Parts: sequence; structure tokens; C-alpha cells
Amino acid sequence: MTGKPILQVVGLHKSFGSTEVLRGIDLAVSPGELLFIIGPSGSGKSTLLRCCNRLEEPTSGSIIVDGVDIVGHGVDLNRVRQKIGMVFQSFNLYPHMNAIANVTLALRKVQRLGRVEAEEKGRAALARVGLSDKAASFPSELSGGQQQRVAIARALALEPLIVLFDEPTSALDPELVGSVLEVMRNLRRSGMTMVVVSHEMGFARAAADRVVFMDGGIILEQGPPEKIFLRPDHARVSEFVASISSHDRGGATALGDAGGTAGRPA
Amino acid sequence: MDQIIQLFLNPAVVARFWPFLLHGLGTTLALSLVVVPAGLAGGLVVALLYNAHRRPLSWLVTAYVDFFRAFPPLVLLLFLYGGLPFLGVDLPLFGTVALAFLLNTSSYYGEIFRAGIESIPRGQTEAARSTGLSAWQTLCWVILPQAVRNVLPDLIGNTVEVIKLTTLASVVGFTELLNNARNAQALTYNATPVVVAALLYLALLWPLVRLLSRLEHKSIAVR
Amino acid sequence: MEIHRLLFSFFNADVASRYWPDIVRGFWVTTGLGAAVIASGLAVGLALALLRALRFRPASFLIVVYADTFRALPPLVVIIVLFFAFPYIGLSMSAFAATWLALSAVLGAFAEEIFWAGILAVPKGQTEAARSTGLSPLQTLIHVVLPQAVRLTIPPLTNRMIAVTKGTALGSVVAVHEIIYYASSGASEAGNPTPLTLGALAYLVLFLPVVVGSRWIETRFRWRR
Repeated sequence: MTGKPILQVVGLHKSFGSTEVLRGIDLAVSPGELLFIIGPSGSGKSTLLRCCNRLEEPTSGSIIVDGVDIVGHGVDLNRVRQKIGMVFQSFNLYPHMNAIANVTLALRKVQRLGRVEAEEKGRAALARVGLSDKAASFPSELSGGQQQRVAIARALALEPLIVLFDEPTSALDPELVGSVLEVMRNLRRSGMTMVVVSHEMGFARAAADRVVFMDGGIILEQGPPEKIFLRPDHARVSEFVASISSHDRGGATALGDAGGTAGRPA
Repeated sequence: MDQIIQLFLNPAVVARFWPFLLHGLGTTLALSLVVVPAGLAGGLVVALLYNAHRRPLSWLVTAYVDFFRAFPPLVLLLFLYGGLPFLGVDLPLFGTVALAFLLNTSSYYGEIFRAGIESIPRGQTEAARSTGLSAWQTLCWVILPQAVRNVLPDLIGNTVEVIKLTTLASVVGFTELLNNARNAQALTYNATPVVVAALLYLALLWPLVRLLSRLEHKSIAVR
Repeated sequence: MEIHRLLFSFFNADVASRYWPDIVRGFWVTTGLGAAVIASGLAVGLALALLRALRFRPASFLIVVYADTFRALPPLVVIIVLFFAFPYIGLSMSAFAATWLALSAVLGAFAEEIFWAGILAVPKGQTEAARSTGLSPLQTLIHVVLPQAVRLTIPPLTNRMIAVTKGTALGSVVAVHEIIYYASSGASEAGNPTPLTLGALAYLVLFLPVVVGSRWIETRFRWRR
């Protein structure tokens, strides 16, 4: 888990008008690491994530991906974004295209791959998320969990260095959450570097290498899951963890989530 | 009743002027076939300029659209027809007519396209851009296909309006259907040509109006 | 082309002062005609939509025929038919009346369709609830359905009202003395396009605020997803 960081955030500030949402973030993500970001709403977690591929423009600071500061001028943003995968809370699948078309659009238009090659890669990505049989289906024909898995495939098809997950399961019905978490677990096992913003504490406890707690635009504390969840330094962190755990729709099953998979519904 | 037929739907008059009316109909269609695509293209450009999110440009575009939506098309036509010669611009009649209609319809189509583009959730753009697609590619492959689908009823509706607009050209002597019908009427002192022209317009446009009703009801149901 | 020539042609103060009173006269005719068309057109549209909502089959059929016909026919054709053709069967009317009648029929047709779409969009449960408390169909319509339907209808309705009232200019074709009639004849008479400029300005003064206002209305009443 060591080696040159894939993603480095240095002194990141972001303001929306007069409101400062990120007040100086410093963070480094090592190759193969699964970084979990938790915190109350309004703490800036999503904003931080979205700054990492410049969906939000940082007010100041650097974001270094694979050695290149992507905040600088003269950066080929489209090129850079292929190295950073992003999965959204509301999936954002293209409704007018079926699954395989969703997955291969960027392959064909940005990477300029031919039809056949793009489709091969697309199908491979869909297979990775367990949806080979749904390649021709349209988003409206798929369940929420399936749609999110297609969205993950769409990000994976580009073979990124790191995948960012912005509350990937928050919009899903509870029974569908498991299928998406399983895909994320498999991804982690294959060595992908991941940054996840989520409330799925059970998943964090079991799979995260490092948990970062954000509050009021800064990183209050970070460390291995056992530390953050059981013996944090800051009272604020233990308060938050306690309140989330009591609402945790996993609770007892969250630990079950971490272990077995036992045929969850798609 | 018989009198009405004689004066409104006189078969002899119909027979005599049918080719003339048909010719007018052809001109109407030809004019439409020029103005509709040009208006659509112009409207798309207008909407894209608005979408470029540059304050002064958006303001300019809004001003253009509001100006030409406020200006009655007949007034615009007469203004150009009477005024352009004084600017030293000598356009053929077709050119003046086409220009007036283009300015008018591109602002209406522009509004429609703009509303369509704005109705697409931001998440679509974000997802596309996050996979490395450029702004242009995102627009072409993700945003516009959805936007056009959403505003198709309005686009069709406006196209019907454009075809109806061609009748205004008769006022400046352009030989489309209404013009020919009125000339024929003046020659025969009989209302038949104008009535037949009205029926021809109905035949031409009623199917589109029906289609429009269907689409409108479908889109209301979706809401 | 020098500025001087431009001003002399299009903004000739001398010509303007001569034709200005006519333009003002025309302005009032345009405004009056427009207001009359809006009043009668909306009234007809609403009445027909309500009638259609009472679900009386033969009436609904006739209403649809009317609406389709007057949404398909170009307004100018209707004006011409009313003014030039109808006298042949003994029905003459003034140019003003022909224009008013034609435009009202057209606005009525569009308004009916718009109101009808609005009424359809109100969930059936509303009608069911109202009727189950004993309200008659008409009462249900007026007190429960219509107020909800109106919200949906405002943006398309304002748009259509603007479009049709701009049609008042068409009256000039049958010599209704509204703005463009005076502007056009004035320009011909003077051999100078300044009256046309005045006419254009008069229309802008009349319609630009309306269009800008309707944009504001549209944003306020936009259907929120």
C-alpha cells in the first residue's frame, strides 16, 4: 500500500460565493488504497470529491493526479478525466442509450476506439459488474442497483487509475445496496484505488484502509477504521459515528455485508 | 344551397384555376422547405450561444429572441420590403421574404431548443464530462438527443406555425397559395378559389395538428 | 452607407412629425382589437374546454373539429374568407369585425386545447374526492379542477395570446386602420420608410413589455420536476 500517491490534494480551498466550503485540505491516496470519507452533511465531502476531477473548480490549491497538477492551466482536462473514474449518487446514465452504449460512448468518442474494440472492452466491464446479460437493456428497464453497476462499468471501461464514488448507494432501496457494495468489494480486491464518500459504515469498517472524518470544510481526523470508529481522538467524531450507527440500515447485517455475499437480489 | 355551391365551390372555377392554385401550393411548400431548416439551424445556433454561459452573450441572445418574438412577422416583412431598398440592399422578393421569416422563426425555435437543453439534468453533463468527453461531444451525443426528444411537440408545433406564416408573403405579392387564390378570386368575382385554398391548407396542416395533439397529450401524461 | 443617409431615410424628423398622429391612431385600434380578441378568444376557449370536460360525446366531437380546423388554418386565410368570401352568401361584415372574429376563433381553438390539456393533467383522484362529497360535475370542475389546471396553462397560454394578438397586424390586409396600415400607406405616400420605423417602434412599445413579462411569468409557473 505504499508507493507514489495516485492522488494528492494540497492546500485545497473552495468557496461558493462568500461561503467557504473547503478550508485547506491536504490528502494523499496511495495505490490500491480504499479511502473512506465520512462526515455530517455540509462538511464538504462531496465538494472535495468533485474538485478531484474538476467538476468543481478549486478556488486555490493543487490536485496532483499521477504526478500532474490538474488545476494548472494548459492541462488537457478531457485526457486527465479518463484516468479518474467517477460514480454518482444519481447514477446519471444516459437514458437514450442502452447499457453497452452508455459504457462505450467515451471509448469511441474520446479514446477513438473502433466499434468492435470498444464493444469488447465494454462487455468486459459489464462482466466485471455482473451484468453481461443486460448489455442491450435501457436504463429504464433496470433496477436502481443495476443502473448503478452499469455506471460503475462505464467508469471502469476507461481503465482509470482511481475511481471516486460520491454516495453511490444513498439513492438505492435497501435491498439493492448489497449488490453495489459487492461490486465495490471486488473492485477493491482487484487492486483498484478508490475514494468513497458514503454513510455505509459497515462497508467502511470491513473494507476501508483508511477513514477520513471531515467537518466544517477541514479534515478533523483520519486513520484506520478501528481507530476512527472505536477510539477516535475527537469527541465530534464519536458523536457522529454513534448517530450514524443507530440509523445504520445495516446494523447487525452490516458486518454480514462485509463478509458473505449469499446471493443478494440484483 | 345551390347558390352557395355556385359561389363557394364552383366546379367550373375549380377546374379552370386548379393548376394555378396547385402552383401556389408548390411555392408555399418550397418556401417552407427553405425557411424551416434554416430556422431550425438558426434556432440551434441561438440556443447554443445562450448555453455558452458567457454573460454578455446570453444577454445578447435573450435580447435577439425577445425582440423578434415581439415584432409581428407581417410588420417585419413590410419593414424589410419597404426599408431595405433605402439601405441600398436590393434583394429579390424571395430573399426579403425568407430573411423576414428566418429572423422570426429562428427566435422561436431558439427559445424551444434553449428550454429543451435546460431541461436536461446537470448530472448528465457531469457524467459525460467525467468520462473525458469534451463539451462539444457531450452536447452532440448526450444532451441534444435528449433535449430534442423532450421538445419535439413544440418543434412540430412551431413548424406548423411557419407553414401558416407563408401566407403573409402574399401581402408583398409573392406567388404562394393565398396570393394566387386571391388573384383568381379577383378575376372570377367568385369566392371559390379562396375557399379551395382554405381547404388545401386544411388538408396540408390538419394531419400535423392531429399528430401534435397526440404528442402533447402524451407529454402531459408523463408529467 | 453613411449615417446621414440612414437617418434621413429611417429617422426623418420631418416625415415623422407628419405621420406620427396616424400611427398613434392606429396604436389605439391595434390595442383595442388585441384586447377584444384576447377577451373573446379566452372566453370561447374556456367555455369549450368546460363543455368538453362534461364528457358529452357529440359536443366533444364538434369541439375537436373546431379546434383542429382553426389551429390548422392560417389566420390570414380565415380573415380573407370572412371578409371576401362570406359576402357572396350574404354575410358581409366590416374589416374590423372580420379580423376580430377570425382571430378570436383561432385563439379560442388554441386556448381550448391548452385548457383541456391542463384539465386532463389534474389527477383523477381530485374529481373523485369532490364528487364523493356530493359536488356536481360542474361544481367540481369550477372549484376543484380548474384552479389546479390553470397553473399549468399559464405559460403556453401567454405565449399563444401574444402570437395571436400580433396577428392584429393582419387586419391591415383588409384595410383595418391599425398601426401597420398607417405605417405602410404613409411610407408609400412619403416615399420614405420613416413611417415604417414609427410603426415598428409602436409595435415594440406594445409587445416588448408583454414578451418580457411573459418570460417572467413562464419562469414563475414552470412545472417543477
